[in-house]
Formats: sequence, structure tokens, C-alpha cells
Amino acid sequence: MLDGAQTEYWRWAETNWVNPEIDWKKARVIAAGVDVGSVSSQAVIMADGALYCYGNRRTGSRSPDSAVDALNFALAKTDLRPEHIHYCIGTGYGRVNVPMADRTVTEIACHAKGAHFIYGPAVRTVLDVGGQDIKAIRCDQNGKVVNFVMNDKCAAGTGRGMEVFADLLSIPIAEVGDRSFQVEKAPPPVSCTCVVYAKSEALKLLRKGLSTNEVLAAYCAAMAERIYSLLARVGVEPAFAITGGMAKNRGVIDRLKKKVGLEPLTMTYDAQLAGAIGAALFAHALVTQGKGRKK
Amino acid sequence: MAIDSEKCNACAACVEACPAHVFQVVDENPYDPLSAQALTIVREDKRKTLRDACAPCKPRTGERLLPCVAACTAGAIAHSW
Repeated sequence: MLDGAQTEYWRWAETNWVNPEIDWKKARVIAAGVDVGSVSSQAVIMADGALYCYGNRRTGSRSPDSAVDALNFALAKTDLRPEHIHYCIGTGYGRVNVPMADRTVTEIACHAKGAHFIYGPAVRTVLDVGGQDIKAIRCDQNGKVVNFVMNDKCAAGTGRGMEVFADLLSIPIAEVGDRSFQVEKAPPPVSCTCVVYAKSEALKLLRKGLSTNEVLAAYCAAMAERIYSLLARVGVEPAFAITGGMAKNRGVIDRLKKKVGLEPLTMTYDAQLAGAIGAALFAHALVTQGKGRKK
Repeated sequence: MAIDSEKCNACAACVEACPAHVFQVVDENPYDPLSAQALTIVREDKRKTLRDACAPCKPRTGERLLPCVAACTAGAIAHSW
């Protein structure tokens, strides 16, 4: 960059949204779910079990601030204030650090519940590709977790890996998916999806004479393979749904789809919200069951 | 190790039986917060070192009845060897 300002190619768009059809003042139960992940934080407000508003932001270096930030971002376009919320549940990696949470729930349970709400009760397999982890969850018709597998400490094949790669190749992250298909012949997948080795891997391919798009194709294909190996361990049963930031990356999802042989359900809302929606649903259910505090 | 949440009756017999103290009885299933059913889970701090914790009960000479499996009245605990 000539002007000295470094473009941050990995930066994905932060979004917030309000449902114009809902008047929160008429709602009996206002439930909130805050999902503080390793890369992104989401806050979702539900009025009587219907999605009212949400905010999706990048997680900062301090989890408590990120949680507050995400909630304020969700409420930014409304006149609803945090004190109007009856019950709030924290989830995700940073769930112990959500200051306004009345209690915490594991993100596995929240993702299953969230996917169940978004995609309907037919969902049996939920794949969540997040910032630093991949979770393959099997659930029953009530959105209850039956079994799950999760990658361990390695972040290969996750959203963070894709951010690093986008930055290395100076390609805005939203374009990665489409550009990875703009190749004449699909190159073989890279052997290693390691985030730490990403740079040397990319340079090796570029030196071989591959174009940037071909390098992206090789990396996306390798990620799809890695995600598929995890998915195969838990078994895929239709209907199959994908949540998390990676659901927005066509480069990985279309390749994964081919391997699985099933058409994944696509999301009407922001795909990163599933965890927070699940948390808000649990909050709503706890209040209606009388287990939650009601102000 | 797998604990079948459908079978477990939270009798806490395994908590007593386990020499490595890996079990804990909780009020609700962490993966199903809406159920009020008490349940046995593996303690958080033992989860990632379970292989080491269970090793003394698993001799290399072959499978044998483990103290936790023997103690479980509901037959909910299963081990992969």
C-alpha cells in the first residue's frame, strides 16, 4: 500500500438487524443470547420466541467487552435497553466472561437448538465451522444433542485459517469463495491446512507458477477435505445444515457438498447467529418454564 | 468413555467406585439445559486427560471389568479399550 495504510483483507462485514414487524413492548418475555466466540461475537434478542434483533461483531481482545459490545450493537437500532431483557444466556468460548449473562450453556447445545429453530425440526446433522473450531453435531427432532465431535486444539480448516489465507494473498475474504472457482483446472488440494504453515504453503504454490485463484482453490479444497473427515466421524444423516462463518464461503461449502452428496440447508439469517439464537431460545424456554428470573 | 444419559440414574455409585475420581453428579444435562434430570458427567478438569486417568484400571493383558462399569447399577457406562 503506497499510502501506508494497510488494507485488512480478512475483515468481514459486521451486521446488525431489527425485525420491523415486532413491537418488543408488547412481548411478555424478552430473552437474550450472547455467543462470544474466538473470532466473532453475536447477540440475539428474542421477543416471545421470535427473532427481534441481532448484532454480529468481531471479538476483541477482552471477552467481557466483546459481549457488551455485541449486545449494544444488536440494540443500536432499537429503543430496547439491556435492563428490559428478562433473561440472558451466555455461550461460546468466552461464555464465562459474559457479564450480563444470568447463566451459561455449552455452545454445542446452543448450536443444535439454534439450527433446529432456523432450519426446522427435520435437521439431524449440524456442522458448525467457526473461527477456531469445527463441530459436527447430531441432534434429534427436538433439537437435543445426541452425539458430537469437535476438532481438538488445531485450528486448521477453520474460519481463522481462511482469514489468514485471505490476508496473505491480499484478497478480501468475501471474494475468496467465488475466486476459488475462477480457475481453468482445479489444482490438487494442499497437503497441509495448518494456519501456521499457511504462508509457506501459499508461497510454495505461487512459486510453482499457480495463480492466486488456483492457490485459493487448492486451499479451499483442502479445507473441505479436512471438514469432511470430521463430519464422517459423526456420520451424516439428512437433513444436513451448516452454520458458522464458513457457511458464507462458497469455495469450501460447494466442495464439501460434493463430498457429502447432500444439499445443505441454507440460512435465511446470518449464518454466524445459530449459537446466539440457540442461547436466546434456551433463555426463553427457561423463563416460560418458570426457572428463569423475571424482572 | 461414554455415559448414556438415557440410562444414567445419577445414583453416584461410580463416583465412589472410581479410584481416579473422574465422575461428578450434576443437576442437569449440560447438553440439554431444559431437562431437570440429574446426571453423571466426567469432571471438566479430567476430560482431556481421561486416557491417563483410566490407564491404571486398564491392564495391557486384555479387557476386564472396570470398577466404574461394575458399580454402575443402570449399565450406562461404556469404555472403548
